[in-house]
Amino acid sequence: MSGVRVLVGTTKGGFVLTSDEARQEWAVSPPIFPGMEVFHIKASPVDPNRIYAGQSSDWFGQIMHRSDDGGQTWQTVGNAFAYDGVPGTHQWYDGTPHPWDFRRVWHLEPSPHDVDTVYAGVEDAALFRSTDGGQTWQELSGLRTHTTGNSWQPGAGGLCLHTILLHPTDPNRIVVAISAAGAFRSDDGGETWLPINKGLRSSYIPDEDAEVGHCVHNLAMHPSRPDTLFMQKHWDVMRSDDAGGQWHEVSGNLPSDFGFPIGVHAHEPETVYVVPITSDEHHFPPEGKLRVYRSRGGGNDWEALTDGLPQENCYVNILRDAMAIDRLPSCGVYFGTTGGQVYVSPDSGDTWQTIVHDLPRVLSVEVQTLP
Amino acid sequence: MSAEPIAPASMIRVKLPAHLRALAGVGREFAVPVDGPVTQRSVLDAVEAAYPMLRGTLRDQRTYARRPMVRFFALEQDLSHEPMDDPLPDAVQQGTEPFWVIGAIAGG
Repeated sequence: MSGVRVLVGTTKGGFVLTSDEARQEWAVSPPIFPGMEVFHIKASPVDPNRIYAGQSSDWFGQIMHRSDDGGQTWQTVGNAFAYDGVPGTHQWYDGTPHPWDFRRVWHLEPSPHDVDTVYAGVEDAALFRSTDGGQTWQELSGLRTHTTGNSWQPGAGGLCLHTILLHPTDPNRIVVAISAAGAFRSDDGGETWLPINKGLRSSYIPDEDAEVGHCVHNLAMHPSRPDTLFMQKHWDVMRSDDAGGQWHEVSGNLPSDFGFPIGVHAHEPETVYVVPITSDEHHFPPEGKLRVYRSRGGGNDWEALTDGLPQENCYVNILRDAMAIDRLPSCGVYFGTTGGQVYVSPDSGDTWQTIVHDLPRVLSVEVQTLP
Repeated sequence: MSAEPIAPASMIRVKLPAHLRALAGVGREFAVPVDGPVTQRSVLDAVEAAYPMLRGTLRDQRTYARRPMVRFFALEQDLSHEPMDDPLPDAVQQGTEPFWVIGAIAGG
């Protein structure tokens, strides 16, 4: 019988939530890596038993784990993330040069082609790749050493590479996003990179349409249309139909176009989800109502999805990696909040229920669709 | 001609913070063998050799600099800023006192 396995990263450990295809009854695991910040847990599309997890601590640094049995047991793998050569500097918040310094892994993206290949997006922004199941990591330094790299500045959460999109059939195509540098694309497997920020306008930087410097919060792509990208920027929801060559705004009738995650329906490439947040000053939903917005036409025309979500006194945030979408016939949508709730909609967003109420602050949510 | 006798390794007692005990799968205290001079560096080398999962959690893997929020103590003395190759106190070398790794107190 098919089902789902939801992988949740929180500030105090990881959790595995499992259910069958109905997604009505849930089993919640005890915390894995209890007490530690787990930024991201993600499984291989090639082998559902292979799962990678990143655990981070201000005290003890980055620790990496791998499971080969679907999360029942874990082993530590390599945690040496060394920048190539002499890393140099990027800009600090005040515009002064600041040495490039590894802080943590934000996002893990296992390859759709090879179970032992996995990418890691890190802070300070860089992209690493492992081809041996996480034992060793090599920087794809053409990104960080791009001619604009020394001008990149951190966003409020740090200078983090938080989004990695891998092309479903072309291993040479990689798209990443960095706060607050923008989006970048490689067409040669990560050797060289092109900023893909044309069409973005950001009123909080001196040059509103600069080549880099935009605070991109998240990107999404449907595997059947890899040239169509959706973006939740700091402000503005954007869309590109030429792999980032040009963006145009599709915020339309959203109550706020500030937010963090963005996702695409598993079976409808033009159905997109966002969770509007009031503003960069107020990191909570407008009017205290937790509403997911869905567009069935690729943006611009959005409908509020509220059935089962709190519609008063709700002041949580939904972080950029805390939304996921399963691939069951009735598409499931999931998100976690800074208040520790994880919600599921088993019907494309029409209705919602709470899987678990009281986890620690949720940093990331991923879902595996199991045969 | 007989070979020079090989000096037995010193067994050095070590205590780790709770998170690292869980990561390494050790109890409140364990011992590692240290060949040659017993210094902070040689003890940390021995700890990392015995428990590779601790690499990078106590000191940088490239520079070997102590992580900023990790501190090293022995006999209630803070050794965090002492030279890494200085001998540790006799009581640590003789195994009557442990070498303590402590996470810096930060927060409430």
